[in-house]
Amino acid sequence: MDASYLLISTLNGLSVGLLLFMLASGLTLIFSMMGVLNFAHASFYMVGAYVAYSITQAVGFWWGLLLAPPLVGLMGAAFERFALRKVHKFGHVPELLITFGLSYIILELVQLIWGRQALDFRPPESLQGPLFTIVQLPAGMQLAWGSPPPMCREVAEAICTTFPAFRAFGMGVAVAMLIAVWLLLTRTRIGLVIQAALTHPEAVESLGHNVPRVFMGVFGGGTALAALAGVIGGALRVTEPSMALAVGAVVFAVIVIGGMGSLAGAFVASVGLGIIESFAVGSDRSIADALRFLGMTVNEQTFGYAVWSVKTSQIAAILPYLLLVLILIFRPKGLFGTREG
Amino acid sequence: MSAGSEFALELRDVRKSFGKTEIIRGASLQVRPGERVAVIGPNGAGKSTLFNLVSGRFGSTSGDILLAGRKIDGLKPYEINRLGLARSFQVSNLFTRLTVFENLRCAVLWSLGYRYSFWKFLADARDANDRAEEVMEMIKLHKRRDVQAMNLTYAEQRALEIGITIAGGAQVILLDEPTAGMSKSETARFVNLIREVTVGKTLLTVEHDMGVVFGLADKIAVLVYGEVIAFDTPERVRANERVQEAYLGSVLAEQQAQQAAGAH
Amino acid sequence: MHHPGKVYRFRPYNVGRWVVWGLYAIVMLVAPLLFTSSLSLTMLSQMGIAIIACLAFNMLLGQGGMLSFGHAVYSGLGSFFAIHTLNMVSAGTLALPVSLVPVVGGLAGMAVSILLGYVTTKKAGTPFAMITLGVGELVWAMSLMFPGFFGGEGGISGNRVAGEPFLGITFGPQIQLYYLIAIYTFVCTAAMFAFTRTPLGRMLNAVRDNPERVEFVGYNTQIVRYIAFIASGFFMGISGGLAALNFEIVTAEVVSAVRSGAFLLFTFLGGAVFFFGPIIGAILMVLALVLLSELTQAWLLYLGLVFTFMVMYAPGGISSLIMMNLRVAAFGKLRPLLASYLALAGTGFVILAGSGAMIEMLYHLQLNQALGPELKFMGASLNAKDLDSWFGAAFVLAIGVALFEMTRRQFVREWGETQEWIEKEIKRREAAL
Repeated sequence: MDASYLLISTLNGLSVGLLLFMLASGLTLIFSMMGVLNFAHASFYMVGAYVAYSITQAVGFWWGLLLAPPLVGLMGAAFERFALRKVHKFGHVPELLITFGLSYIILELVQLIWGRQALDFRPPESLQGPLFTIVQLPAGMQLAWGSPPPMCREVAEAICTTFPAFRAFGMGVAVAMLIAVWLLLTRTRIGLVIQAALTHPEAVESLGHNVPRVFMGVFGGGTALAALAGVIGGALRVTEPSMALAVGAVVFAVIVIGGMGSLAGAFVASVGLGIIESFAVGSDRSIADALRFLGMTVNEQTFGYAVWSVKTSQIAAILPYLLLVLILIFRPKGLFGTREG
Repeated sequence: MSAGSEFALELRDVRKSFGKTEIIRGASLQVRPGERVAVIGPNGAGKSTLFNLVSGRFGSTSGDILLAGRKIDGLKPYEINRLGLARSFQVSNLFTRLTVFENLRCAVLWSLGYRYSFWKFLADARDANDRAEEVMEMIKLHKRRDVQAMNLTYAEQRALEIGITIAGGAQVILLDEPTAGMSKSETARFVNLIREVTVGKTLLTVEHDMGVVFGLADKIAVLVYGEVIAFDTPERVRANERVQEAYLGSVLAEQQAQQAAGAH
Repeated sequence: MHHPGKVYRFRPYNVGRWVVWGLYAIVMLVAPLLFTSSLSLTMLSQMGIAIIACLAFNMLLGQGGMLSFGHAVYSGLGSFFAIHTLNMVSAGTLALPVSLVPVVGGLAGMAVSILLGYVTTKKAGTPFAMITLGVGELVWAMSLMFPGFFGGEGGISGNRVAGEPFLGITFGPQIQLYYLIAIYTFVCTAAMFAFTRTPLGRMLNAVRDNPERVEFVGYNTQIVRYIAFIASGFFMGISGGLAALNFEIVTAEVVSAVRSGAFLLFTFLGGAVFFFGPIIGAILMVLALVLLSELTQAWLLYLGLVFTFMVMYAPGGISSLIMMNLRVAAFGKLRPLLASYLALAGTGFVILAGSGAMIEMLYHLQLNQALGPELKFMGASLNAKDLDSWFGAAFVLAIGVALFEMTRRQFVREWGETQEWIEKEIKRREAAL
């Protein structure tokens, strides 16, 4: 295991984790403020990607990045105003159910408008290609900006790994968003209200603020954050109808692991999961290997071989859910859990 | 039976902090079986918190709570209830969609041994049904037998609240502001109801209404800033200087005068 | 203390109950004689399977207030265990009558819910829902990792004509399987109904209404939920076992999130409040999956919209709408409302026509481009590329919405008045007692 592999895996994991956190933070804010778990959060992520795609086709990526989140945020706010609000009085289960219904509607509408095929949503020209290349030589590690240097082709022992520029851009956006949200929460009046709601939601109701309008704003803001993540995620990975389902379940697992209602928990869980998954994907080891290392004979005849022989790379996809189950057994409140559902 | 079981309920230097704030700061109390105690004190003194600690809603930070000589601090609410302590809530905590009858029946099932059985029919549980009917008559809600709890009037809900509390036959009953929000006449009726349904039980009531206190209680415990500063008969408590200082003795005197002149 | 002694309650023989159950049995017996086509028989069989599943799902949702997003896991794993058992019977390694294979499914569902339920029921409410989602994803992902058990892409096939025939019944013909399903459906319905009348069933309701208070009357809330979860898993497994026999093939799709979502959607649509609500939901589910999907490509969109509006305006589902109107009818006040209902239906139809036309045109543009821009909708010829068609549809929709809103307001007023009258009447009758 060489240093460049470690570095790149960590960076990849960080990038995935930050993307996940963009989603988890919006979800947590909505949940903390309104007690509603937005089942359609990943659907807004998807809409963000699709809307940005269309804007990109028309006027370019940067406009897409700029306009898609607020547009989707408006849609979210409209949903809160005209639909979610009506259901508030029935309790939390109906609120969850209506967002569940919304996820169906959004999925079908997206397929209706943009079709069922994957879209070719790519990063802008300026951000395509690698940001830097790590050249691993027997002597040590070297960093080269941009594409792999000629050394990679010419020197046999050189192992070169690139890190895409857009991925770095995505991380930058995520960090910028983090800082912006942090500033909003700690420096503005509305931010203080939201912070209060994170731990004492009942108190907010008696604060004399225009609570319905604050709710609308928070919901719209949360969905806008999801859309922003969608712009990055859609261009970075793939933009297709199944992207909501793929990322949605992971995000929900993340917030339960981190502790529902905790931003810090969501951060640790997202980044942690991203990094663990990044390393897991690259590993072909399995429990069978570990058992063999301990001196046991493990082969096809062994009972449960099918289970022991599963490679780490195969379970990378289900790690979030395995961790979810483990956390629930050993620490049901989640890593930083403060509020119960 | 362990030593000290002469007390139905005992608190020994119980403390409870929420974060850095200590709400209950060393409360001690010894209640004999059959005693009827009113817990009074200024707002924020920690009366409801004390009830929550005793009933297991949350755990104490330190100190001992004993029910008939047995330590119950740290136990879950259902464990404490099974040992013979039941409590009512200041804000009615009913089974909203179940009817009055069903509410009461649910309250007796465990004490009659039905546990988690799904191989018996409720319709055949004669003892549970009879007991639920009995309590329903006691709290005078038999005319509203099949009304869902959420559709009852406020006073009816408070009555049902008490019904659920006593139905299981617990020996120690904690009532948290049972007459909160009631009119004078409703309160008077309710006090009679409470007296009737808690005959022979050990009763602790959190109360603000002094009329109720004097009507129900043998003893008064005064809770101020999380400490029991006095625990004695009503007359001696009224005369207690610390109580007068902390809790406006004039209010007590005034109320007592009202009581003597008007109520009876 | 006031001791009224044992109360004598007049309990007349509950004829109504016997009539209802009798009708239920008769309908199931007679249905295939009325609907004789093979499509009908397939649908009736699927309905029986779905009824058991939706009722089992509602043990948690309606009776326990537990929203599960991953319940297909229990029916799906029941299916897998059942089909493997069936194959063992075919191979001769296990001498089990085919008619008992669904019970194996049930036991499998029960075992899995014992295992997974412990962790799942540690929480309630929203976290519970999220956990079921995660566990569902876990099982789904595992289905791709163990092709030996789950059969990979092709799934596992079986043949229900296996072992010794019983009294000449091989379960080869669909009609024989239908009656087996009908028997299971009746027995399971009765069992789940009986559950609601037991101490555990009632305490489950109490947990739904006020989990905190339950603890203060001596019950451990988590154990109540856990046992209910296991019971639900058992019946889900039976449903899965019957499905394995019915389709003779089980693929990983049976544990998918899509299927879990379908259970949720249709149980809620039928209504979670009354016991028979999920039965309606199950019937609708089969009708939608088999018929509606043939009728229009937009069926999932319509479904999502109907579901969302139900959550907003009729959260008790269709069954609660029926019961509310039955109550109105019992007080003799239904006839005046019929006119409003008709108006609502009419204007609703107009909305459907307008919006349906637009949705169908969109779908046509998206998916059937090769067929040219023309399509037929409700007997009219539309051109998806022609603005006239679009304006026409939008116009119809606008008129429909306006008229509907007018009739809706009128109806709401009338309904409110009726309800008030009924409340007063109830009080009057009570006082007269």
